This record gives sequence, C-alpha cells and structure tokens, in this order.
Amino acid sequence: MTMFNNPLSRRSLLVGTAAGVAAVSTFTPTRFAIGQTAKIKIGLMLPYSGTYASLGNNITDAFKLRLAEVGGKLGGREVEFVQLDDESAPPKGKDNAAKLVTKDKVDILVGTVHSGVAMGMAAIAREENVLLVVPNAGAGDITGKMCAPNIFRTSFSNWQPGYACGPVMMKDGKKNVVTMTWNYPAGHEQIGGFKESYTAAGGKIVKEILLDFPKVEFQAYLTEIAALKPDAVFVFFSGDGAVKFIKDYAGAGLKGKIPLYATGFLTDGVLQAVGKDAEGIRNTLHYADSLDNPVNKKFVKAFEAATKRPADVFAVQGYDTCSLLATGLEAVKGDIKAGATLYSTMRNTIVDSPRGKFTFSASHNPIQDFYLREVRGGKDVVLGVAVKALADPAKGCSMV
Amino acid sequence: MDTSYYFIQALNGIQYGFLLFLVASGLTLIFGIMGIINLAHGSFYMIGAYLCWWLTQMIGNLFLGIVAGVPLVVLLGLFIERFGIIHLYKRDHLYQVLFTFGLILIFNEMRSVLWGNEVQSVQIPEILSHGIPLTDVQSYPVYRLFISLVCMALAAMLYLVVQRTRLGMTIRAGASNREMVQALGIDIVKLFAIVFAMGAALAAFAGMVSAPVQSVFPGMGDEILIVSLVVVVVGGVGSIKGAFLGAMLIGMADTFGAVFLPHGAGIVIYAVMAIVLLWRPQGLFGRT
Amino acid sequence: MYRISRPSLVILLVMAIGLALYPFVGESYYIRLMTKIMALGIFAMSLDLLIGFTGLISLGHAAFFGVASYVVAWYIVKAGVTNALFMLPTAVAVSGLCALVIGWLSIRTSGIYFIMITLAFAQMLHAFFKDQSYWGGTDGFNFYTKPNLAIGDTVLLDLGNKVTLYYVTFALMVATFVFLAVLLHSPFGRAIQGVKVNEGRMRAMGYNVRNLKLMSFVIAGMLAGVAGFIEATRTAYVNPEMMSWHASGNVMVMVILGGMGTLYGPILGALALTLLGDNISSLWDHWLLIMGAFVIAVVMFLPEGIAGLIEGVTQKFGKKPPPKEETEP
Repeated sequence: MTMFNNPLSRRSLLVGTAAGVAAVSTFTPTRFAIGQTAKIKIGLMLPYSGTYASLGNNITDAFKLRLAEVGGKLGGREVEFVQLDDESAPPKGKDNAAKLVTKDKVDILVGTVHSGVAMGMAAIAREENVLLVVPNAGAGDITGKMCAPNIFRTSFSNWQPGYACGPVMMKDGKKNVVTMTWNYPAGHEQIGGFKESYTAAGGKIVKEILLDFPKVEFQAYLTEIAALKPDAVFVFFSGDGAVKFIKDYAGAGLKGKIPLYATGFLTDGVLQAVGKDAEGIRNTLHYADSLDNPVNKKFVKAFEAATKRPADVFAVQGYDTCSLLATGLEAVKGDIKAGATLYSTMRNTIVDSPRGKFTFSASHNPIQDFYLREVRGGKDVVLGVAVKALADPAKGCSMV
Repeated sequence: MDTSYYFIQALNGIQYGFLLFLVASGLTLIFGIMGIINLAHGSFYMIGAYLCWWLTQMIGNLFLGIVAGVPLVVLLGLFIERFGIIHLYKRDHLYQVLFTFGLILIFNEMRSVLWGNEVQSVQIPEILSHGIPLTDVQSYPVYRLFISLVCMALAAMLYLVVQRTRLGMTIRAGASNREMVQALGIDIVKLFAIVFAMGAALAAFAGMVSAPVQSVFPGMGDEILIVSLVVVVVGGVGSIKGAFLGAMLIGMADTFGAVFLPHGAGIVIYAVMAIVLLWRPQGLFGRT
Repeated sequence: MYRISRPSLVILLVMAIGLALYPFVGESYYIRLMTKIMALGIFAMSLDLLIGFTGLISLGHAAFFGVASYVVAWYIVKAGVTNALFMLPTAVAVSGLCALVIGWLSIRTSGIYFIMITLAFAQMLHAFFKDQSYWGGTDGFNFYTKPNLAIGDTVLLDLGNKVTLYYVTFALMVATFVFLAVLLHSPFGRAIQGVKVNEGRMRAMGYNVRNLKLMSFVIAGMLAGVAGFIEATRTAYVNPEMMSWHASGNVMVMVILGGMGTLYGPILGALALTLLGDNISSLWDHWLLIMGAFVIAVVMFLPEGIAGLIEGVTQKFGKKPPPKEETEP
C-alpha cells in the first residue's frame, strides 16, 4: 500500500496494468486505467423509512455482508455507496433515480422494494443507460415491457409465486376458490399468475375480491367469503396487511373451516406477530429459511451474526444481488463501461444462492424453484418443490 | 346471499358510521362555532391511534391505555388552540387552510420522530377477543359490537350535553349565531378552547377504539379527514344531527359500495355527496 | 386592478433572460429541475387566478393538473399517439371539462363549503384513477416514448430532449403569464376582480356572478391542464398522487409563499418551495417538519408572500408608490 503514497510509482503501476490489459482486451487503455483505481459508485435506492423500511435494511445489510465475503471489492475496485431513501413513494421515483445518476453520478443503481418506484428506476436506467439490479420489486413490466440489456432482477416476478400455487391447490382437491388482494398492480399480477395455472388445471374462481390499497379493514369481505363458502381462499397480502388479515380471518371464524392458501409473502416475516392464527396456511415462495442446503445454512448464520435479525427472503435477494454484480464485474475486471460483455456475463451467471442455484431468463429474471410451505408450530415448513425451474413468460419483452 | 349476510354487512356499516360520527361531530362544531376550517382534525385521529398503541404496549391494557391517552389529547388540543388556532379567528379561510395544512405536516413528522413510520397493530383485549357464531362458518367479532356500543353511548352523551346543559346551550347558540354569543358577553375564549379540545378528544378517541380493528398506520389521519369532510358537507356545517345522519349514510354507502361495486368502491361516497348537493347545496341540516 | 410595479417588471425581465440562458450553463440535473419548477409555476399561476383574483379558495386544484397528465398517458400507453398536436389540446379540454362539471356543482356554495367540496371532488377523481386497473391503479403508468410536436412525419420538436422541453415549458410559462395579464385587464378580468372585492355589489350591478366564477374556474382548470401536460411529458410518468389533496395543498402554499394576486409571485413560490425541498430533503429525514413550520411561519409573518416583500422594498426606493390593489371594476 505504501507505494500508493508515491505518485511516481503509482503512475507507473497504472501504465503497467493498462498495457497488460490492452494486450488481452479490446478496451481502451486510458478508460480502463481510470476504472481500475477509482471507487465504483453504487446507488442504493431503497426504502429506509415507512412500511418497507425493514425490507430495505435487510437487503442493504445482506448486500454488504456478501460484499465483505468477496473481499470488499467488486472486480478489483473499492465500493462507495450512495444510500437514498425512496420512501416507497412512486411519484418521487423517477426524480430520485435521476438525481442518483445525474447529480451523484453513480455507476450502478440497486433498488427497490416497491414496484411503482422500481418502474421509475427502470425508466431512468433505460434513459441514462445505467446498470440497474432490482433486488425485490416484482412488477412484470420490469423484465417485460421495460426489459433491457442493462436491467436485471434477482428476486421474482409477481406472476411466479402466484402461478406456483395453482397446481398445489388442485392437487389438494380445492375445485372452487375465492381470491382476495389489494386493488393495485402487484395484487393483480400475483392473482393473475395464480389464475392462469389454476383455471388451466380445471379450477374455478368463484369471486375475485379487491380492496382499496393499503386498507386493512377486511370485515365486509370476510362476511362475503363466509356467505360464498368456497373450498378454499387464495390471497396475496404482505407485511402488516398480512398480519391483520391472518388475525381477522381467524377472528371472523373462518380459520379451520375454509383453508387459506397464499403466496409466501403472507407468512414471511410475520409469523411471530400472528402466533397460532397462522397455523395450517399453505403458501408458495422461492425461499424458506429452513431450506436444507449448505449455502443457506452458512448465510442464515452469518446474517444473524452480523445483524442480530433473522434472515428472510428479502435478505437473500440483497445477498444474491451482490453475488451477481461480483461475478459480472470480476469478468470485466471492474470496467463498468464494458457494456455488452458485462451484461452477457451477468445474463449467463449461475447464482449459487441460499434459495438454491438459479439462472437468468432471456429477459433477466430468475428461473428458479418454487417451494410449497406450510405453517406448523409457528414456522414455515418446506413440504417440497411446488414447481421446478419456473420461468416468467416475460410478456412484451423485446429481448425474448 | 341470504338475509343474515345483509344483516352482518349492515352491522359493519353502522359500526363504521359511529366512528365517522365521532370524528365528524368535532369537525362540524369547530366549523360551526369557531368558524375554523381545521384540516388537522384527522391528525388527532391518527395521534389517538398511535397513542393508544404506545400506551397499551407500556401499560399492557387497552382500556387503561385509552383512559390515559384521552387527557393527553385534551391537553394537546388546548395547547394547539391557545398557541396556534387562536391566531386564525380573524383570518381569512385561506390562511386557516394553510396553517392547518402546515400543522398536518408537523403532526405527521412528529409522529414519525416519536413513534416511527411502521404500521402497528393493537391486540384486542382477551375478554373481547372472541366471536359470536352467526352462521356455520362465520362469527361476528365481539370487539366490533363493543365499538358500536361505546360510540353509541358517547353520541348519546354528546346529545345530552348539547341539548340539556348550559354549556350545550352556549354551543348551540354559538353554532347558529356566533356574533350573538359574543354580544351576550359569554366568555368566548373559554368556549372556543373547550370546543376545540373536545373535538380533538372525540377524534382521538375514535382513533383509539378503532386501533385494534383498523391497525395503526401513518396515513390514517388523512383518510378519515376526507371522509369526515364529506360527512360534514352531507350533513350540513354546524349541525350535530346532520353529522350523525351523514355519518350513518356515508358509513352504509361505503360498506355496501365495497360489496356491490368492487371496482368503484372509492367513489361511492363522493357520488352520494354530489347527489345530496344537487338536492340541497347546504347539506341535509345546514342553513342557507 | 392588476398592475405590476416598474421595479418588479425589471426583476421579471432579468429573471426571464436568466431562465432563457440557463440551459447553456446548467447541469442536466438542474435543467430537469428547472423544467419542473416552471411547470409548477404555470400550475401556481392558474390557482392564483382563483385565489388571488376571483376569491375562490379551491383545495382541489391538483385534480385538473392530474387529469391532463392522465390524458397524456392515455394517448401514449393506450392509443399509441405521441403527437403533442393532439395531446395538448385534448389534455387542456378534458381538464376544462372536469373543471366545468366540478365548478358547476361547487360554485353553488361558498366559504368553507366551497373549500371542502372542491377538496372532496378532487379526492373523488383521485379515488377513481386509483381504483381502476385500466388507469394503472395506485402505481399509475410509466411510458417509454415521450411526446413530440410533429406535422405529418416531420418532427418539429422532440419533447423527449431535456433542453427542448425546457424551452417549450419556458415559452408556455411566459405565454400563460401574458395571457393572464391581458385577461385581467379585459372586462371579464375586471369583473372577476370585482367579485373578489364585493360579490353583492357586482350582483347588484347586474353581473351574473355565478357565471363569472364558473368561467374563471374553468380557465384556471385548463391552465392547470397545461402544467399537467408538461409534468407528464417531463417525467413520462403519471400517478394518482398527482391529484391528491396534498398536491393541492402544496400548490396553494406556493401561491401564498410567492404572493397571491401578483401572478409572478406564484412562480417565485414554486421556485422557492421546490428548491427548499430539493436541498433539505437530502439533509434530514424529517425535513417535512421544517416544511410544516415554514408554512405556518409564512401564514403568520409573510401573508403577502415574497412578492409582497419585493413590492415593499421597491416602494421604499421608488419615487411614487404603485397603486394599492384596491379594485375598481
């Protein structure tokens, strides 16, 4: 390190490296030399306040955990973070993303949880041609209509977990169901995925209930479900809305009489808060903290040690975001401007994730296994794989 | 769908209507008597809910939490009236709107500083946490009945106070003719302070009792404010009777709107308002 | 009567020249930001017509701003049309139509009622766009092609270009200012200012006060539509929150902060409030606390706004004081 204090030797080092690289690659030496020494700037645009604050923090901490595991550098370059609280407010999404790119001049955008905000980020990523990795938001359009070589997602598309639950319910002999979710795009998409596989398998949807987002006054709708008496109910709710729903479902006397199915977001991270009211809920997700594989075991332990919080699916997605960037940037030796080479390396990466190995589809969305889980004794127990290697249909994507 | 279904939905509507009444009655009195448009009224509802959550957590009992919380809100109301609202009595409505808009921003951020931005839930007390079985699959939560009963008792009390006491007489006189009350030499400063603090306490109480069923979230004040404004417009400014009928009408419209028009639930109450306005621009019980 | 004092006219001209030259020196981020400020300036001026000149306190003005944005989104996302030649007139017309309906219902009332009813109707539109998945629900729409101004196949102006959009916005802002200044000197403009000062007298003089108010309300709604068109074009994004009552409250703050009844004040208000938000929001998480205190401070200590300050200062230095704003219809 001491030689960096001497400007002469530093310069000669740069020239040396540059010349070496020029021999093996087609990049221009000057740009590469600069890229090699300057810190790589990552804009973390995530919710650090509001309902999704805990998700934002888990993603951030897991990202940093993985970064430390790979030696604190990406493609040989030190990393500098610019953290911005997106407040989960879609109206500010575009202006905030533009601020990170044009004012703070970040090299890579990472974010976010809320789909509406993430869509704004994707639009800016396309406009300004900046690499964007989405560590949660599931809007289909991100790897659908808006898909681009420089946009990646390490989480899921809303369609996926919903789709995975259809065959499960048919196998359980639930022939007619009521669906329920918030009247907003993520809700429509998750229910839409479910509807596709469920009706294709011969199931019948008696009624689709939508309620105003983010209202949690379920009473009138639970009354309706009780009157309709379906074989089962399929829902998508998450976070605090999920807590309230599970409690109200039991409170209205429906628990144990009409079985409840859901995408895994209903139970992930809320089981402690709802206690025994959640027992028996079956759900589908691409992760469970009880998954029995070495990567997961190591991750769960390391994350808890670092943050004193239990690991969850969001942390996994943040962790994998860093893994993906590390692999990609390693291949181009930290040259973020390498464009096509960088993106194709990332596209072909097999991520060794706590959720199991996964690959990317042509639209840059994970092709991954979905697990069937059931709440038993206050834990989501994995019953098996619901659908293997499920890929999003990527409707409207020009890269497919 | 049998009759029991409509019966339960009607119960849901009435329960919501009672809650709306508690918030809207304060709002309408503050308009009517003090001539103040108080947009920050919904904030008291939110503050009540967060206070309830916070106190219940510390004390470990919802009822005690409410008992401890109400006096705090009364004090807050008196403080806001004395140091804020008092400067607005002679100002144009425009400045009242802006001032109370600023208050909302402050209340919201103070809430964020003190209690954070997370959505919180309050446990229903053990003795009220069971349900009454109504059909083979459905039971009606006792706590919801409890809300309706408590609100009904409060509404009755409010009615008695306004109709039968000296204070009530002054309030009624103030609502119908503010100048007259002032001319009669009634201590208007004290009256205004009482009315404002009472309105704040009613709104906060509504937030407290509904916290276990609605959950506690940052935007709840705005939501109830808008619906309460609709109630006041429908019922007529300054009329307690109007606020009550308006609240029931809107509560029912909202509940049944959600059932029959799932895709247009949000606009049903505004449609009701527009119809009432076409018929009576001054509201059901408003004076021209 | 509306009149600009000579010193403020000089300030305005200097400002206009500064804005015209800004893109030559400004960074891309600030060009974007200034475009937003000028769009909000148009929006605030349109509200000033209501609050400052007609005496109508509308707390639902963002509805017309938002509706126009949704028209832009509809053209691009649903109809595949990107030509502003169709878009702008339709956006303005739809805003005007909404203003006509809402105004017709609201103007039957006055005072506190008017405030609450405009607020409630704006919330109704907000709820409508939020509920309907056809309109994108709570997430609204992102669109990927931006409007352009074309005749036939010749693209005259590409509004996707930041600098082009900046100048178009600048031109529209100046045009709005000139239009309103001329309007306020017309017989109609004098009449609405008369309504603000003394409604009863205007009625006694035989004016149809309700129609005057309604016309003013519709014109203001259409101008808000112009602003909404620009904002949707700038961000290529629409969301129901654009028409929420917080948005209406914010633009009202701009008008008062800048100085109502001055036309140029609201532009200054938009500038001051947006720059304040842009700078303190990154410094402190709870910056809205400062914002709230700031709004209250303006109500208490600066009811005439920034423009009031400017007029006050120029009066001190000017030879003769400009006429006070007492209206003679």
